Amino acid sequence: MIRDLGTVCWKEIRELLHQAGTVRKTLRSLAFMLAVFGLFLPWQIGRALVETPAAIMPWIWVPFMLVSGVVADSFAGERERHTLETLLASRLPDEAILLGKVLTATLYGWTFAVVSAAVGLVTVNVFHGDGSIVLYPPELAIALLVFGFLGSALMACAGVLVSLRAATTRQAAQTLSLAIVGVLFVPIVVLELVPEAWRTALAALLRGFDTPAAGLLGAGLLAFVDAALLLAAAARFRRTRLLLD
Amino acid sequence: MTQLAIRTHRLGRQFGSIRAVDDLDLEVPAGSVFGFLGPNGSGKTTTIRLLLGLIEPTSGEAEVLGFDPSRAGDRVRERSGALLEHAGLYERLSADDNLEFVGRAWRMPAAARRARAQELLGPLGLWERRREIVGTWSRGMKQKLAVARALFQRPELVFLDEPTAGLDPIAAAALREDLAGLAAREGTTVFLTTHNLAEAQKLCALVGVIRSGRLLAVAPPEQLRATVRATRMVVTGRGLDDRIARLVAGQPAVSAVELGDGRLTIALRDGQDTSPLVGLLVAEGVAVEEVRKGSADLEEAFLALMGEDEAGPGGPLGTGRPVRAAPAAGGEPA
Repeated sequence: MIRDLGTVCWKEIRELLHQAGTVRKTLRSLAFMLAVFGLFLPWQIGRALVETPAAIMPWIWVPFMLVSGVVADSFAGERERHTLETLLASRLPDEAILLGKVLTATLYGWTFAVVSAAVGLVTVNVFHGDGSIVLYPPELAIALLVFGFLGSALMACAGVLVSLRAATTRQAAQTLSLAIVGVLFVPIVVLELVPEAWRTALAALLRGFDTPAAGLLGAGLLAFVDAALLLAAAARFRRTRLLLD
Repeated sequence: MTQLAIRTHRLGRQFGSIRAVDDLDLEVPAGSVFGFLGPNGSGKTTTIRLLLGLIEPTSGEAEVLGFDPSRAGDRVRERSGALLEHAGLYERLSADDNLEFVGRAWRMPAAARRARAQELLGPLGLWERRREIVGTWSRGMKQKLAVARALFQRPELVFLDEPTAGLDPIAAAALREDLAGLAAREGTTVFLTTHNLAEAQKLCALVGVIRSGRLLAVAPPEQLRATVRATRMVVTGRGLDDRIARLVAGQPAVSAVELGDGRLTIALRDGQDTSPLVGLLVAEGVAVEEVRKGSADLEEAFLALMGEDEAGPGGPLGTGRPVRAAPAAGGEPA
């Protein structure tokens, strides 16, 4: 199973590296994004980027968006390019195909987030240093790694689930965009609509958590949603149904 | 007893109200090249998908390399290679990467993967271009690569859906030779669908003809041709018109007549002599220039089968104007 998983990841990585046509073009666009998130953003935000808990937000958001850009293609793209049937006719087991796609998309977003965070740290030290080396506090570094991974995995699992059902990459991307908008904006709208007393009570509840506890709760919640989405995708992935969808 | 690579019993697949494969009974001997012939939408691709366990049958059963594809599809796919309806190549990747993926998927060692790539791509003239992105290639080159990919892991059974489509005549001939050699040398069973009947005639030990999901005939190509040869006669000459066609169709020895392109194509009942018919034509004032009998090829056999299936016995033979034959002696309807 591990070897088959590695084979699918190998193929997916090769395809990711060629997503812009050539490896060079793909690396160029990644370098541009790295310049934005690893140089420009830290240069603008300064030390707050590495010293406050809110600093982890970009490193959840960045992989989230990056993964959404590639994961819509995972199955819908194969269906569109007529490679899905050949892939399904191979000896690779269902689990390896599904997990290989999820894992590759997750690692793609997560690796970019970690590299961007590392470059961002260097940028902050260069432009906002006070003579001593500024580092992420250990708990923040762990949170960055954990939430970056879980955020990537969330989008990868949701994207694969959507892509499994979509006829084309465009359709999958549209569905995914709507889902993202829903996840981001529905809570805001709901908070606006609930009575003031409820909002005050919620704020008090959140203030009651200390930061590590809130972090653990958030990570647990994300991991649970990731697992649920992955199980839903696994239930959806049936060789004998995929070609008929 | 001949060992079978594929055996199906009343295999069927229904899509809504459409019966894509209907009670298919098929036996393909191991190590043979089997040709599956039929017009577009006749159920060839659905059959391959059923045999690979990619879709489930709605009726009947199949056994492929000793396994039921609907229950143990993974065991079948482990031992099979496939070039399906579409080439299915990763066009953003190089030819090398495409084959490398297959090699890794079938757990071939790195050295074996490289040797096999050279062994297959060399004769196809693609070895020097293996690092190019496949998307930039011509259709013929992609098709060659797709065939190489299907054969890469040395499968026991290979499904090839129109393998020579898009290939130039030289490459197609080379591929035919390779496929014949593969079956003979390595004992690989080749399940081939094709519209190229000359190809099927050259390559296949056994041919199955399918239409609207139903298997019309299974026989060696020679036997299928012989069926037509024994009952078919083509007359060329002046004075061949509808009156003559009706007159010939009314003869007890004749099962069907078709008039077109200045020729009269006559289907005879089994064992009937042609000389009385020639005499009749001459007596009716037809200036007979040529009478041809027994030159039917697989294409004619195929068209005859298609015609029979469409109109029942005595139906059209080809694409000309059919003339209904009279009932046979003894009162049996033609």
